[in-house]
Amino acid sequence: MKAVRRPLPGPLPVWADIILLPLVNVALAFVTVGIIVRIIGVDPLHALELLVVGALGSPESIGYTLYYATNFIFTGLAVAVAFHAGLFNIGGEGQAYLGGLGCGLAILALDRYLPAWAMIPIAIATAALFGAAWAAVPAWLQAWRGSHIVITTIMFNFVAAALMVYLMVNVLIAPGSMTPQSRNFEPSSFLPAMHGTALNLSLALSLACCFAVWVFLWHTPWGYALRSMGHNPEAAVYAGTDLRRMTMLAMCISGALAGFVGVNELMGVHHRIVLDFPAGYGFAGIAVALMGRNHPLGIVLAALLFGALQQGGAELAFDIPTITREMVVVIQGLVILFSGALVQLPRPWLQALFSPRRPS
Amino acid sequence: MTAAIELEGIDKSFGSVHAVRGVSLAIEKGAITGIVGENGAGKSTLMSILYGLYHADAGEIRIDGQPVRMESPHDAIARGIGMVHQHFMLIDSFTVLENVVLGAEGGPLLAKGLAAARGELARLSRDYGLTVDPDARIADLSVGEQQRVEILKVLFRGARILILDEPSAVLTPQETEQLFRILGTLKARGVTIVLITHKLREVMAATDRVYVMRQGRMVAERRTAETDPEELAELMVGRKVRFRLDKAPPHRGEVRLKAEHLGLVDRRGVRLLDDISLELRAGEIVGIAGVSGNGQTELLQVLAGIRPPSSGTLTVCGRVIDPLHPGDPAEMRDLGLAHVPEDRQRQGMVAAFRAAETSILGYHERQPFSHHGLLHGPAVGAHCATLMERFDVRPRVPGLRSSSFSGGNQQKLVLAREMAQEPKVLLVGQPTRGVDIGAIEFIHRELVKSRDAGCAVLVVSVELEEILSLADRILVMFGGRIVGEVEAGADERTLGMMMAGAKAA
Repeated sequence: MKAVRRPLPGPLPVWADIILLPLVNVALAFVTVGIIVRIIGVDPLHALELLVVGALGSPESIGYTLYYATNFIFTGLAVAVAFHAGLFNIGGEGQAYLGGLGCGLAILALDRYLPAWAMIPIAIATAALFGAAWAAVPAWLQAWRGSHIVITTIMFNFVAAALMVYLMVNVLIAPGSMTPQSRNFEPSSFLPAMHGTALNLSLALSLACCFAVWVFLWHTPWGYALRSMGHNPEAAVYAGTDLRRMTMLAMCISGALAGFVGVNELMGVHHRIVLDFPAGYGFAGIAVALMGRNHPLGIVLAALLFGALQQGGAELAFDIPTITREMVVVIQGLVILFSGALVQLPRPWLQALFSPRRPS
Repeated sequence: MTAAIELEGIDKSFGSVHAVRGVSLAIEKGAITGIVGENGAGKSTLMSILYGLYHADAGEIRIDGQPVRMESPHDAIARGIGMVHQHFMLIDSFTVLENVVLGAEGGPLLAKGLAAARGELARLSRDYGLTVDPDARIADLSVGEQQRVEILKVLFRGARILILDEPSAVLTPQETEQLFRILGTLKARGVTIVLITHKLREVMAATDRVYVMRQGRMVAERRTAETDPEELAELMVGRKVRFRLDKAPPHRGEVRLKAEHLGLVDRRGVRLLDDISLELRAGEIVGIAGVSGNGQTELLQVLAGIRPPSSGTLTVCGRVIDPLHPGDPAEMRDLGLAHVPEDRQRQGMVAAFRAAETSILGYHERQPFSHHGLLHGPAVGAHCATLMERFDVRPRVPGLRSSSFSGGNQQKLVLAREMAQEPKVLLVGQPTRGVDIGAIEFIHRELVKSRDAGCAVLVVSVELEEILSLADRILVMFGGRIVGEVEAGADERTLGMMMAGAKAA
């Protein structure tokens, strides 16, 4: 039986769906932001100019934008892989944290003995391993015990945060230090970075991950089975896919990708284990994946936008005192709101625009 | 004739699909009018327009000669039009009375409304011979009785025009006969009835006048007494249709699949399959008949390795499966068992996948589709194109999303995928559910061809005619058990009795 509904206009052309819709979303967000900025007494166009110049105006600012984008690519990919399997991984934050712990532990244990060519790959692998392990527990609980993965991954963020505080304060803190951070890593673990910015080789890793995820999802039988599970679990069972094992696989890949945030942050920038470095990237990954339509290419574009907002927003707060740090968070929040949560909002308008008019 | 409803020049498009093209018809007052057509011919859309679910792009609806606008089903109900849907809209845990008043409670205090409804229900039951216990819970009623409740619901709301959408789809032959008796009584009391169906036999048995739709157009109108099923089928399909399936006697070979005392109990302890024993040999088609919901679905799942049996053993091509050694669908496929699931749209394909991707579902880890851990796109596309060519799937575009194909073409694609593997054992659930008459002929011939090539074929179907024309042996299921076995050519009456649970001699 068909539900009671009004006739719908036809679907959008593909290009409008992939390019126009996100652009309209971002434009709507900026218009809203403009109104708010106006209310607090700042010229919106001036603010926009500062934002753009702050994000893209100099090699250094571009470097920072790309560095932030790297984190967003990792977490966006993490969310997307889980999403294609029909799983909503909200635990990117905790998985990133544990990924950092993993590479940090490997480095603290080995950096005095190993040269860079051995140290760096081992540390990256450990980050992936720890991130995957942290995602594997909720995945196992979902697959074998039916605990909802949204709930468990959220809870695991808190567990990860508590665990890190405990470890940093009681175990890993550098002797004699007053702040909860580990000793400095040896240079053998440093990722090559762009001079004067935080941009480092992790960007290349993130782009490699994009390519690998694309190949995996659309060009391997496992990715095929993973997507079939996400779209239609019943058909996946019929096709011979073990849903439990596939759940584990999807979440472990997802967790490993999120864990790479630790690589960018600790091996690329901080060069020691610190607290709070995931700083919301895990959650923002959900918006990045949504905006990027869960496709690696879209995720790169969305991550660039989010990176630019992060970097430009910081400059904006620096230049205009009335726009506080919190105000920048509001701006980012609105972009996330429009391009993430309200992503379908303008669709009916665009559809009406694209469907042929009929005399009524 | 006096027309209860007249439709004139009704036109309706969904996007680029022109579903109903300038259809006009008149529904005679106090008579039974049949509307027949293949799937997608536009009959359901037309009735949905009449019932206010859709708005026509053009055209006029007249009731008793007055032009009306149907904005929603409320308007239709207010004008005395009621619809009985194919899938019942009843709340299982409510009583008959509670279901009947639902949405027409008649005031904030339920007790008063219920009392009034009880009286009204008694009157309706008496007048129309629709006997149902008003205090019985829906869950305890048979399917035929549930349908009576649906009809009562509509009459309770004052309907004088009744639209029934494929009413016999879920009924046994006996229940169908009962339904038609009820419709006869309703007609005698002056109720106007519209019967939407694709079963020509029922049209012949029940209607006074029949309209035939094809590709959105009304192609013919006949007085039922002046036509026959052959003519109607030809009108529906647009060409001659052969009803008889020519097949030689089977050449039976070795046992390919053997079930011994199979049982299946679900988590709540409900016994879904009980002591099922059967043998399937190479070169024969075994049909499983039964009313929907008597364990056929579960039997297919167990045989295909989707659910492990709770007791008993299953031997497929030499591999023994029992509760301690469960199989899985991938392993069964490797043994040479192919499975066309009953609900192909839900189980047999992924709507969001391209047709090419759907064409390898379950075989995606095999050569040449998968090579060194990578899917080989061109091989998959070529495979899909071959299947489309052989099974006449339209449009022939492997890159198109599976959901963009019509129901019948999706079915054919799934059938093609499984049959193309030249399996040793082929399990087919409802081979022609949702498939057009023209395609039914083709699918039946393909199944017989597989059989003649030495495949062991098991067909589960709720369409008795289909089982009778296809199967070399027929097993009847009722309540999760096999209650009888008959040879091909058994008479329909005996089978019907078995399907209704009467013990076979």
